[in-house]
Amino acid sequence: MELTGAEIVVRCLQEEKVEHVFGYPGGSVLYIYDELFKQNQVKHILVRHEQAAVHAADAYSRSSIGKIGVALVTSGPGVTNAVTGIATAHMDSVPMVIITGQVPTAYIGQDAFQECDTVGITRPCVKHNFLVKNVKDLAETLKKAFYLAKTGRPGPVLVDIPKDVTAQKYAFSYPDSISIRSYNPVVKGHSGQIRKAVQLLVGAKRPMIYTGGGVILSDADQQLGKLTRLLGFPLTQTLMGLGAFPATDHQHLGMLGMHGTYEANMAMQHCDVLLAIGARFDDRVIGNPAHFGQVARKIIHVDIDPSSISKRVKVDVPIVGNVPDVLDELIAQIESSDRAALPGNIAGWWKQIEEWRGKDCLKFKQDDQVIMPQFVVQKLYEVTGGDAFITSDVGQHQMFAAQFYKFDKPRRWINSGGLGTMGVGLPYAMGVRFANPDAQVACITGEASIQMCIQELSTCKQFRLPVKIINLNNRYLGMVRQWQEMFHGNRYAESYVDALPDFVKLAESYGHVGMRIERPADVEPALREAFTRHKDDLVFMDFITDQTANVFPMVAAGKGLSEMVLAEDL
Amino acid sequence: MRHIISILIENEAGALSRVAGLFSARGYNIETLTVAPTEDPSLSRMTLVTAGSDDIIEQITKQLNKLVDVVKVVDLSEAPHVERELMLVKVRASGKDREEMKRMSDIFRGRIIDVTETTYVIELTGTSSKLDSFIVAIDQTLILETVRTGVSGIGRGDRILKI
Ligand SMILES: Cc1cc2nc3c(=O)[nH]c(=O)nc-3n(C[C@H](O)[C@H](O)[C@H](O)COP(=O)(O)OP(=O)(O)OC[C@H]3O[C@@H](n4cnc5c(N)ncnc54)[C@H](O)[C@@H]3O)c2cc1C
Ligand SMILES: Cc1ncc(C[n+]2csc(CCOP(=O)(O)OP(=O)(O)O)c2C)c(N)n1
Ligand SMILES: [Mg+2]
Repeated sequence: MELTGAEIVVRCLQEEKVEHVFGYPGGSVLYIYDELFKQNQVKHILVRHEQAAVHAADAYSRSSIGKIGVALVTSGPGVTNAVTGIATAHMDSVPMVIITGQVPTAYIGQDAFQECDTVGITRPCVKHNFLVKNVKDLAETLKKAFYLAKTGRPGPVLVDIPKDVTAQKYAFSYPDSISIRSYNPVVKGHSGQIRKAVQLLVGAKRPMIYTGGGVILSDADQQLGKLTRLLGFPLTQTLMGLGAFPATDHQHLGMLGMHGTYEANMAMQHCDVLLAIGARFDDRVIGNPAHFGQVARKIIHVDIDPSSISKRVKVDVPIVGNVPDVLDELIAQIESSDRAALPGNIAGWWKQIEEWRGKDCLKFKQDDQVIMPQFVVQKLYEVTGGDAFITSDVGQHQMFAAQFYKFDKPRRWINSGGLGTMGVGLPYAMGVRFANPDAQVACITGEASIQMCIQELSTCKQFRLPVKIINLNNRYLGMVRQWQEMFHGNRYAESYVDALPDFVKLAESYGHVGMRIERPADVEPALREAFTRHKDDLVFMDFITDQTANVFPMVAAGKGLSEMVLAEDL
Repeated sequence: MRHIISILIENEAGALSRVAGLFSARGYNIETLTVAPTEDPSLSRMTLVTAGSDDIIEQITKQLNKLVDVVKVVDLSEAPHVERELMLVKVRASGKDREEMKRMSDIFRGRIIDVTETTYVIELTGTSSKLDSFIVAIDQTLILETVRTGVSGIGRGDRILKI
């Protein structure tokens, strides 16, 4: 049957079992909106700013297994507003499809109204993008977009569709499967390499497992748990990996890196065999690579993207492949290897680790006057039974969330690691809630970050999203202030957040519940009230917190991983 | 070290900008870049000359392979290969210079492909360093303009880049 391009777009979304599209209309996507209007299968979520549409779609993917977030925006300013969201997803390898309107093909290149070079602007921050100039190619291109987004190293894929293409007609058929000759991601790991890895692992004296976002993205938490228990090794996770292995498990040493725990960073630095899985040796993770390289160790690195391997740190045993597939084979080979000596060999190492752990590097003092941000996160963890979906913005509050909310399950911790985008927290919470309609969702944020997408309180009202906003209000760009305190002689240039709104009234004016919490004793009761009496409401909880709290431990930029500044040093 | 990288890439709009954009975004340098469709019109072949340490070249080939449109990447300089570049040089050729220019062109196995009363256009093919030598060898003040294609390269014998 002949369908218009706009009908084809909607049919493709239906074929892909897309339930939600986050978007904002405009001239060049009007035919598509018209078709969305005529059906009920794909629901459209109208946001208040295109950036939020993309963030919400991104969190929709992050917080679910197999569901792909989709965003739909108009040409020109719709696209440029979306770019921050696209780059954010790209840096964290989140699968997503973005459909953008474009001016009619005959107008392209004429500086037409609301024209921009979408494919050019987004090229460096997408996995791939397409400009569909002919309606004949539309269905196949959308199929490719979904396929590319979710296979291999995932990422956002953008499809730019000129308005005339959405009006032209063509016989619709959706391909069942697709193959792209230039794109063949590796799935299985090389058995010989895996054998080498097993030899190193069973012979280790000071082993360490270091895992990242790749384990979450590939839903390999089962395999990771099995492997880690089988080996009995200590394990650390990056900010993006939290939840793949339970934080409450004794083998977990906490997050590593710039604000990682003392024990995780020390063990990472001093290990003799390192098994890295779906992690990319980021500069916020291993600190100065030259300092890291001062200790001799053998590194095994499992990653689906060869360019992640030996990029910042030279690797001894590279294993290119999909995490669950590689771990299955690794587990099988370990099970059939002789590893009787292993527990004895690593006993001393564990003893050393327990000593490091004994430093209790995350401890803080809570008096009865001023609320400490860490205390709020601790209480939130208790009140939600450790089982909520937590989104965060970017800053100190993000680090406190990562350190103090102990994630035992994957895909529960939703934040921007690679790009570090302030403003994601609230739209992320929206996306999470659409993907997990009955879940408890809390957004841990700061008074500065929350203002970057505050308009979404309106979207939350329209769609009745009972998100709990945990605003750790320190009246500062806290993370910036911390750097100024530590590295810029206490000159707090432009980091004081002046002229703040009354967040309680602000929440109320959007039709939500607002609370201000100023005393430590009120923290827990307020949280309980929010999660019980106001279970079905959005509650904006404005916690007035200590203005001087800093995040520790801290590895200063350019320093070595074991050169941490600890709270007790100050 | 200098490397010659051959790339088979889908012959699609924007493919070249993906490669060029990758190099500028990641701070890799491009000395020369040539591109044209192959005998199979759905594919283009690029030859790219770059320089860098082994680590950088490893990242360059991995990053190129990661581009969805890229079908194959080969570092030609890893094994025996031949390389050629074509140059057109327009020179002033009048009076006594005319004879001398012809002589130099012959020595370098060039061909004069355009002649006016006062100028020649000399066509020269060879490795990049041969073309450089020609420029140095002739009287610099007589050069009116030069244009070079950039390097094309191909593996020797049964080293074949095809899908
Ligand atoms: C204020 C701030 C402070 C920060 N401090 C820290 C910190 O202290 N500690 C910290 O860890 N981070 C910190 N970060 C985050 C940091 O910037 C990086 O985003 C993060 O460390 C990267 O995590 P990752 O290595 O797990 O890589 P990711 O970005 O999650 O990359 C995933 C890797 O897995 C691979 N992969 C994907 N899918 C698969 C698959 N199916 N199979 C195999 N491999 C796959 C990818 O190719 C990639 O190499 C901070 C960020 C901010 C904003
Ligand atoms: C869009 C954007 N702009 C600037 C920054 C730099 N930055 C990182 S953290 C931060 C301060 C965040 O302040 P707030 O949200 O109040 O959180 P706090 O650190 O106080 O907990 C800034 C400005 C950023 N990450 N993102
Ligand atoms: Mg703040």
